[in-house]
Amino acid sequence: MYNRVVIGMAEYWVSDNPEDVICILGLGSCVGLCLYDSGKKIGGMVHILLPESIPGQTNPFKFADAAVPALWEKVKNKGASPHNILAKIAGGAKMFSGTDSLFDIGKRNVEVVKAELRKLNIPLRADDTGGNRGRSIMFYLEDGRLEIKTIGQKPVVV
Amino acid sequence: MGISFEKLNEIQLDALREVGNIGAGNAATALSNVVGKRVKMEVPLVKILPLKDVPEWLGGPEKEVLGVYLTMSGAATGHILFVMSIDDALKIMHILLGDLTPSREQVLEMDEIARSAMEEIGNILSSSYLSALADFTGLRLNHSVPSLAIDMAGAIVDVILIEISKRGDYALLIETEFLEEENRIKGYFMLIPDTGSLEIILQAIGVI
Repeated sequence: MYNRVVIGMAEYWVSDNPEDVICILGLGSCVGLCLYDSGKKIGGMVHILLPESIPGQTNPFKFADAAVPALWEKVKNKGASPHNILAKIAGGAKMFSGTDSLFDIGKRNVEVVKAELRKLNIPLRADDTGGNRGRSIMFYLEDGRLEIKTIGQKPVVV
Repeated sequence: MGISFEKLNEIQLDALREVGNIGAGNAATALSNVVGKRVKMEVPLVKILPLKDVPEWLGGPEKEVLGVYLTMSGAATGHILFVMSIDDALKIMHILLGDLTPSREQVLEMDEIARSAMEEIGNILSSSYLSALADFTGLRLNHSVPSLAIDMAGAIVDVILIEISKRGDYALLIETEFLEEENRIKGYFMLIPDTGSLEIILQAIGVI
């Protein structure tokens, strides 16, 4: 039996229950980051909105630069081993065509998430980012697979 | 500095509601002209919502919608997003184009005819709200060329919610129901003023 957990913007979920499936529905320029210890089947996901932290705002899970280390801490605290950890990311789309700088936010989110993962030496195992379509993503803690759905396409698993 | 939506008082909210009313009235008139039939409207709902609740309000994060995005410039600046479900947009297209209406699949694949029809509808409706705001405030307001996206509601609104979230955690949403004979069509209009521009708007209305 799967236990579906849907996370909203700037929210996260970390668990050691292999039945958990962590989901983000309708992801656009936001980024969903998954961290997973395949040995212990411990993992977590965060729904990131913006690349850099804004002074005065205290929720680290909203910003890529703070959310990557924050999720990493949460997953470690749950018992994940630093040697066994891997990352998967999805999202960062450019939903509207146009030159408005607002539309580049997805790309910048992805860049900062990747840079933060490199700093922490966490290997990026799957990367389904960019493009111009929204995604719904499902992260299965039983084996760490990430299922990605887009409108009009068959789901893919990475 | 800068007022955020959750800090508005009743009088200020009423003023924004009135802008919503006039905007929806303009939009209904514009739609009537386009389709050549009388389009009525229900009194719009004006909501101040926590950001995380916005996709749910639009029918759920995976609901297939069209979004039209514009920037507002002039005396006050900000962003505008108009959202409508694909099913409701198809109803309008059907009134407009009859048998030539593209299929749901063509719309989702952004087929050229579907795309330009959708762009046009979105443009007419969103500029109706903006001209209501300009008339009601007496401010000179312009808007950019609209940009269209067709996708899941969550994905369409997230870029706008991201922009709002830099300053606060609430959004202003105006929900209007348009009626044409047996057709009921819902449109959602979101206004996101830049820092300082909400004050300019409220000042111009005289409620600050």
